[in-house]
Amino acid sequence: MNIQDFIDNFANQFDDTDKAVFTSETNFKQLDEWSSLTALSIIAMVDDEYNVIIKGSDIINSETIQDLFEIVVKKVRK
Amino acid sequence: MNNNPFSLVGKTILVTGASSGIGQATAVACAAMGARVIITGRNPERLQQTRDRIEAQCEAIIPAELTQKEDVENLVKSLPPLDGAVMCAGNSTTLPLQFGTREKFDEMFDVNFFAPVELMRLMYKKKVLQKNASVVLIASIGGTHSFMPGNGVYGASKAALNSFMKYAAREFASRKVRVNSICPGMVDTPLIHRGTITEEQLAEDAKRYPLGRYGQPEDIANGAVYLLSDASSWLTGHDLVIDGGFSI
Repeated sequence: MNIQDFIDNFANQFDDTDKAVFTSETNFKQLDEWSSLTALSIIAMVDDEYNVIIKGSDIINSETIQDLFEIVVKKVRK
Repeated sequence: MNNNPFSLVGKTILVTGASSGIGQATAVACAAMGARVIITGRNPERLQQTRDRIEAQCEAIIPAELTQKEDVENLVKSLPPLDGAVMCAGNSTTLPLQFGTREKFDEMFDVNFFAPVELMRLMYKKKVLQKNASVVLIASIGGTHSFMPGNGVYGASKAALNSFMKYAAREFASRKVRVNSICPGMVDTPLIHRGTITEEQLAEDAKRYPLGRYGQPEDIANGAVYLLSDASSWLTGHDLVIDGGFSI
């Protein structure tokens, strides 16, 4: 899996935030649009696209999209 | 105890999902109120733990996977005549609707709707449910009273179950079999601690309940005891909300 696809999938869970805002370094929980429903959508998207179950705590423990990407990559390899 | 309308002495009660959570608490509460209890669930070891808590009041342990046709049929065949049944076996998921594929709905409906419906159908048809028996379905405020984001797939399955409860109450009344449901709010069971929602989020959410906490399995079990007992003889087709005031 590559980071750019992951960023695109991540950005797709948002409706009002400009796509250009999303990079590997985006501090996603600071975005105005971020909500508990977005968090659920990210968890569901990761299950859907990568067949990986992440937890709410994985989101809490990630600052940037890169951080979350690395958690998912680790779980894919297991 | 003789004059206590809430007593379950002399009654034989089936409890599904009795290996943990609300099912286990219900089996324990029914036994404490004097019922002879038959417990079923998927995991024989965990059912044994429930049995250890109700000891001599346990009439039988019948492990079964209620989504499997054969298991349900075998269960019904081995049941004695019943005065009551509590359908606690269930599952939950937290999933935004746009990810609610047919497969996700099927998984939820198989466990939460089709399994208890088929078990009830067979128990009624085979007359395992005696005259004046009482059936209690564990539904949820999700889907009937509360529509929180992420709960749609789960809530729809519980709403369907609640609807079935009302039809069954109407039809089964001809045999004086009562059918009611309990709609709990969030109850502190293993189901809610699977990590999709963090412990911090759960603690925060619990504060939104007017009575200041999530339910304990016993809060629901005690409601089931009432619905099984003669105290509720004239109550059928009712969804009893036990939710710490959340849906007010």
